Amino acid sequence: MDNKAGDKQVKTKIPNEIGLIKADYRGRPSTLCQGCGHNSISSQIVAALYELSIPPEQIIKMSGIGCSSKSPTYILSRSFGFNSLHGRMPTVTTGAVMVNHSLKAIGISGDGDTASIGFSHFKNVVRRNVPMVYIIENNGVYGLTKGQFSATADKGLELKDAGVNPFMPIDICMEALISGAGFVARSFAGDPHQVKELLKAAIHFQGTAVLDIVSPCVTFDNREGSSKSYRWGRSRKEPLHDITWVPKREEIQIELEPGEALDVDMHDGSQIRFRKLAHDYDPTDRMSALKLLEDSRNRGVLITGLVYINEETPPLDETENLVDLPLTQLSDDALRPSKETLDAFIERYR
Amino acid sequence: MNIKAAENEVQATDAAQKKIVNDFSMVIATVNGSGSQTANLALIRALFRMGIPVSGKNLFPSNIKGMPTYFTVRANKDGFTARREKMEILIGMNPETFDEDLKDLVEGGVCFYPDQFEVPETRDDVVFYPVPVKQIIKEQNPPRTLVNYMRNMVYVGVVSEMLGIEIGEIREALETHFKGREKSVELNMQIVDASALWARENLFKVDKYVVERDNQTEGMIMLDGNTAGALGTIFGGISFIAWYPITPGSSLAEALQSHLPRLRKDEETGKQTYAIIQAEDELAAIGMIVGAGWAGARAMTSTSGPGLALMAEFSGLAYYTEIPIVIWDVQRMGPSTGLPTRTSQGDILFTRFLGHGDTQQIMLIPGNIEECFEFGWRSFDIAERLQAPIFVLSDLDLGMNLWMSKPFDYPDQPMDRGKVLTAEDLEKIEEFARYRDVDGDGIPYRTLPGTDHPKAAYFLRGSGHDEKAFYSERPEDYVANLKRLALKYETAREYMPKPVIEETEGATVGLIAYGSVDPAVKEALSRLATEGMKIDYLRLRAVPFTNDVQEFIRKHDRVYVVEMNTNGQMHMLLRLEVPDQATKLISLAHNDGLPMSAHWVTQAVLELEGGNDGQ
Repeated sequence: MDNKAGDKQVKTKIPNEIGLIKADYRGRPSTLCQGCGHNSISSQIVAALYELSIPPEQIIKMSGIGCSSKSPTYILSRSFGFNSLHGRMPTVTTGAVMVNHSLKAIGISGDGDTASIGFSHFKNVVRRNVPMVYIIENNGVYGLTKGQFSATADKGLELKDAGVNPFMPIDICMEALISGAGFVARSFAGDPHQVKELLKAAIHFQGTAVLDIVSPCVTFDNREGSSKSYRWGRSRKEPLHDITWVPKREEIQIELEPGEALDVDMHDGSQIRFRKLAHDYDPTDRMSALKLLEDSRNRGVLITGLVYINEETPPLDETENLVDLPLTQLSDDALRPSKETLDAFIERYR
Repeated sequence: MNIKAAENEVQATDAAQKKIVNDFSMVIATVNGSGSQTANLALIRALFRMGIPVSGKNLFPSNIKGMPTYFTVRANKDGFTARREKMEILIGMNPETFDEDLKDLVEGGVCFYPDQFEVPETRDDVVFYPVPVKQIIKEQNPPRTLVNYMRNMVYVGVVSEMLGIEIGEIREALETHFKGREKSVELNMQIVDASALWARENLFKVDKYVVERDNQTEGMIMLDGNTAGALGTIFGGISFIAWYPITPGSSLAEALQSHLPRLRKDEETGKQTYAIIQAEDELAAIGMIVGAGWAGARAMTSTSGPGLALMAEFSGLAYYTEIPIVIWDVQRMGPSTGLPTRTSQGDILFTRFLGHGDTQQIMLIPGNIEECFEFGWRSFDIAERLQAPIFVLSDLDLGMNLWMSKPFDYPDQPMDRGKVLTAEDLEKIEEFARYRDVDGDGIPYRTLPGTDHPKAAYFLRGSGHDEKAFYSERPEDYVANLKRLALKYETAREYMPKPVIEETEGATVGLIAYGSVDPAVKEALSRLATEGMKIDYLRLRAVPFTNDVQEFIRKHDRVYVVEMNTNGQMHMLLRLEVPDQATKLISLAHNDGLPMSAHWVTQAVLELEGGNDGQ
């Protein structure tokens, strides 16, 4: 409806597999601060979906309240969007995808939205394994209300108006893991390539894919020493692996030396390929993942990559044993039992 | 047997002359958790099957085991089944409350009790039947684990024998209850038969109360409003339910949980054509149905006052974003604990304006079991037609107690899915604007997420949007949107169920009531008629009001508004509706946790009308 807005930014007019150009995936111009990490993540969402050739009409972009929750406006103008209530994005998304499981839900949340006011919804959406991509644009601060600490702010962090934070931060990846998440990733807005590959993998994950992306707030929390600053991210970033999402059809084309990479098969036939870097890390082992998070906190580093992957838990639509056709597409006959059924059924109340 | 029984014998001749047929309120006083439900249901179902109008009300504490619980069966030949303040028959099984319970018996009332209880001297005007519960149980020797339940079957047998409830109907009732599990039926019947036999051989009938077969319940059914509402939503095509446990809203969701698998499974695959989720809280429950309603499903939650309070923010959002959802509020007293298992009509004002900003919510108010069913399916048609949240306001009395009903009418119209544009529709139109009033009725067109057309998508947000759903903080956009929503609320009146009006020739006084107080009001009006009072009755079934309500108020000299809350909430709404008639409206509001009684309504009207008569 409003593609014109993005036309200026068009870098490529090459149509993807479904004949859409990148501009077809763009949104309205961002009104976030210049240099905000969220804008860089928005660009990668656009790029990933364009490259994956997913019809924008199939996507729903969901959010709560906050700077992060504004960003769905700046992507995918041809997708349906719902800017809902503070912290409640997971609940609205659950309802929407359960009645129409052909929709691909991308939830964009922030650390206030997810780790404070909507914490219970976050934990429960993960526990239920609702099919969705759950992005947390994590900057440790409330931006839209101007600079209060969030629950992920570092202990001892000093902010202009808020003073010194006396509390330990909540680790969103850790919380996701202990709630039973099957896809837990941590990344950095300043590493666009990794963000994009993680997004591609997340979209192909059958349940809740949690992406905790450190996304610096240039206005309120980009100070030296903050673990949510650009400087920290760039200097203390430790990628676990070089990650690539490989579509099903390319399976045979890429050949690697044995031992060089780990391939994890996804439910839909695609693969996530991990090329080893400094770490010898197995993202399919939950205990290692917990240990890794605790260890990286102690060492004061930002580990990035896919912390954990496991597709054993069925997504909620499968747990609920739903019919294949989306519930919203069922005919009236399928929804309303017959008069004979009613008449027979009420006999039990005589 | 003992002195009491011997005294009874003397009164026997007296009683036979003045027998009272099919007209009593019977209270079974037990300790909660003692498993009396099977016994109580057997008694009420047997009466119902004998053709006698009945109701069953369970007065229970917010507790699992150990506190007093009362089950009241009212049988009435004239069909009046509201709560009575007094009782004629007491089955006193709770030693802790026995003395206190006796106080509510009428003169000439009857008390059945376990023979080890001591009878206080206070009630020599009551007929006492001591029952050797322990002895009968000992002789029959039921399985040890079932002794508690079986104790209750003793009073079923004795009371049936003494009142004339047909044992065959007790058996039928148990067969219904145990759904054909013969062994359970036989075990229970063994105790019932033995107890009845004991009563026949040992007790003399000296009280006046008897039961005789009638034919007034022929073709009728008996169930609670929450089950009826759940069935209504199933026949309304519900496909998504999210809820959080809360008394008295839970049993509606639980009825869905138990009936949906039978009624709404895909025959070929055995898979579900619905999803039901027990949410982490009420915020989540309504959030989920907002998502589902937006995506195009018929979605519902059931809750009660405290849950509704948590749903306030989403209710406002659903109103402003125009998403069809249905919220069942089974009202109870509140807030918090104290009287959470007692009935009330206390959420009227709260619901009417639920949400911050200028919200005007729509309420459907069922007044009987059939309407619980009907509003169950109709609420979805109205929600999708108006693209708005619809609140169905029931209450604990209607929702959880047993009421008689006519069998349900199958929906008389196909589902109304409202103004939804498909990809084909979009192809034919120049431009789609989510919030544009195309038809002049305030109701815009919507598209459903996933609609495969480049024009289909729109972005939903709360208060600040223009016609095309773009973000807007422009004053004129906000004002225009609210003006359209006001027009939509006017349109809504056309879709509301009309009030039920019962007129009396020559009446100049009117009475307005709604919901579960209906039986009490009808009984009161009948009593007032015998006092020579002519009163027209209007039972509200929805807010916003239809024009009939205003007309009714205008044509009466004064109009009483009877309701089960303390502040007179509907009275206030009616005064807002017809400000120039406000002084005509007289509030008769009362709420003490118990269902409304005809006695209270009669007294309240008499007190005020008596004054008028004198002038």
